[in-house]
Amino acid sequence: MRINAMISRIFKEMIRDKRTLALMFIAPLFIMTLIFFLFQSNTNTKVDLGVRGVATPIVKALDTDRIRIHHVGHEKPTTLIKNRDYAGVLTQKGDKLTLLLANADQSQSAIVKQTLQAATIKLKMQAAATAIKTQAAALQKLASALKQASHGAAQVSPPQPSSATASYQITTHYRYGSANSTYFDTLLPILIGFIVFFFVFLISGIALLRERTTGTLYRLLATPVRRGEIIGGYLLGYGIFALVQTILIVGYTLLVFKIEILGNIGAIFLINLLLALTALSLGLLISTFANTEFQMLQFIPLVVIPQIFFTGLIPVNQMLGWLQPIARLMPLYYGANALTGIITKGQSLSVLYPDIIALLGFFLLFLSLNLITMRQYRQV
Amino acid sequence: MTIQPVVQVTGLQQGYGQKIVLSDIDLTLKRGQILALIGPSGAGKTTLIRTIMGMMRPRAGQVLVFNQAVPDRLLLARIGFMAQTDALYESLTGAENLTFFAKMQGVGHEEMTKQLTYAANVVNLQSALDQPVKNYSGGMKRRLSLAIALISKPPLLILDEPTIGIDPELRRKIWEELHRLAHDQGTAIILTTHVMADAEEADILMMIRNGTAIAQGTPTQLKADYQTNSIEAVFLAAGRQQDAH
Ligand SMILES: Nc1ncnc2c1ncn2[C@@H]1O[C@H](COP(=O)(O)OP(=O)(O)O)[C@@H](O)[C@H]1O
Ligand SMILES: [Mg+2]
Repeated sequence: MRINAMISRIFKEMIRDKRTLALMFIAPLFIMTLIFFLFQSNTNTKVDLGVRGVATPIVKALDTDRIRIHHVGHEKPTTLIKNRDYAGVLTQKGDKLTLLLANADQSQSAIVKQTLQAATIKLKMQAAATAIKTQAAALQKLASALKQASHGAAQVSPPQPSSATASYQITTHYRYGSANSTYFDTLLPILIGFIVFFFVFLISGIALLRERTTGTLYRLLATPVRRGEIIGGYLLGYGIFALVQTILIVGYTLLVFKIEILGNIGAIFLINLLLALTALSLGLLISTFANTEFQMLQFIPLVVIPQIFFTGLIPVNQMLGWLQPIARLMPLYYGANALTGIITKGQSLSVLYPDIIALLGFFLLFLSLNLITMRQYRQV
Repeated sequence: MTIQPVVQVTGLQQGYGQKIVLSDIDLTLKRGQILALIGPSGAGKTTLIRTIMGMMRPRAGQVLVFNQAVPDRLLLARIGFMAQTDALYESLTGAENLTFFAKMQGVGHEEMTKQLTYAANVVNLQSALDQPVKNYSGGMKRRLSLAIALISKPPLLILDEPTIGIDPELRRKIWEELHRLAHDQGTAIILTTHVMADAEEADILMMIRNGTAIAQGTPTQLKADYQTNSIEAVFLAAGRQQDAH
């Protein structure tokens, strides 16, 4: 009864606050769309490479659709890179190739390195093919010699066992995603988790803060309402908004980005609800340490931003040893891990239960801290 | 059946942190009585109210409300409270604020409409009920806060500075309603004020200065004791006495 009144009040306030509504439901779609386009990398980009004194077969092998070759004079490679903005300069002295990379943009460096590697392989293969041809000729010789040999003994040197390998054909299969996967596919589950966490944290925290600064919280506690009913009203009220937000984000992902969700959509809702509850209880708790809305914002770099780095954006298992346990302290780490598991790997909740337990644990911890801090306003 | 006092405070000491704000407070309030707490701002009136409501645990001494030691959450269902500062949801309408707090106070669905009309009538807010509170003037907000205190028909009303920002005509009407509630329903009422005219209306006065009760009694009795004809003069005389000690 009281909890219903709390929820319906929160709904009325929220629906009349157009700006917050937009922040909760439109801003996430805008951010996701922007990030989506940011990661549709333009594959036609060509990288500039300066070459000097490099053997023609190598240059030919390098001249692919990713590289623009520039034959350069006697300027120093460093000067060339500085003045002409080349991604790299390749020089040859005798049989020694030297590559100087600008390396200001690692993706350009990667393209040059990959192409050079591919070129080396291509040249090796060509050499091998030539070797096979020689071998074939030798075999033919051998065969005719053998024919003659049937008439008498003949001395023919057998062909040298060649080091040449057969030309392999490589087919790549993708366990997750496809050849068209971009970094956005990796980012998406993390993004969904982060959006739910961030907006719910901010909006519910500020709502409780306002309730405290306008005195309505104190007034509310002058009624026989239980502290648990106040917190419960907040959790349910904003929890429902978080679910609506999730429906919107997931629907948008499916319809507009056409990204395949391998796992169960219900599981996504469950994880997002848990994330929202954790964010809610954390937001409510943090708001008791703030006296103004600006002070609430000051907690974002402290509480929210560090969590982003531990969501898998940077692979946690490749972090410095002492940094890895810190990830275990961040709710978003578990949320993002579970969402990545569901969306890109099709994992089921039975695999992800450690994440669920961790999120529940955080939620219950923050919840009980909330009940304790609310004691300062009314002692029963 | 002996008539139990509605509020009984004995030897109360109260404070915040290291600071002692109230000491040696004794008071008894019976059914149908109106008690006015008067004193300058910072005297400790709001603190006394908070303690009676059980929002703060007494440092020392005892507070009984309906014969029940505070703090006790369920007692709050029987207390209608008007805070010193208006605590209203600005984006909700007057009616929505009233309904919300009525539900919190435990007013049932059947009585809701009747109670809402009654409370709005007492404070002349019927016509503004459908406006959002953010469009209200200061006086209208004050009146809505009073209506919220009245909405559950509580046997104990606690009003912190109810007459601030209210015009004389409406003030008259509110006092008539308070007297009617006390007389007809037996409602016990505690209110704080620093307006001497309000003090004249009360059945009992408690003058608080620097955290202690400097004078206590009915207005007529106090005026007789201090041999003056105004409450204001009683207050000044009692204050001088306190300073002399
Ligand atoms: N929350 C609080 N924390 C610390 N001191 C307080 C608090 N509230 C009131 N006080 C102090 O207690 C004293 C009495 O305040 P209060 O009861 O509000 O007085 P009144 O209502 O008579 O104006 C004042 O000195 C005030 O500064
Ligand atoms: Mg006060």
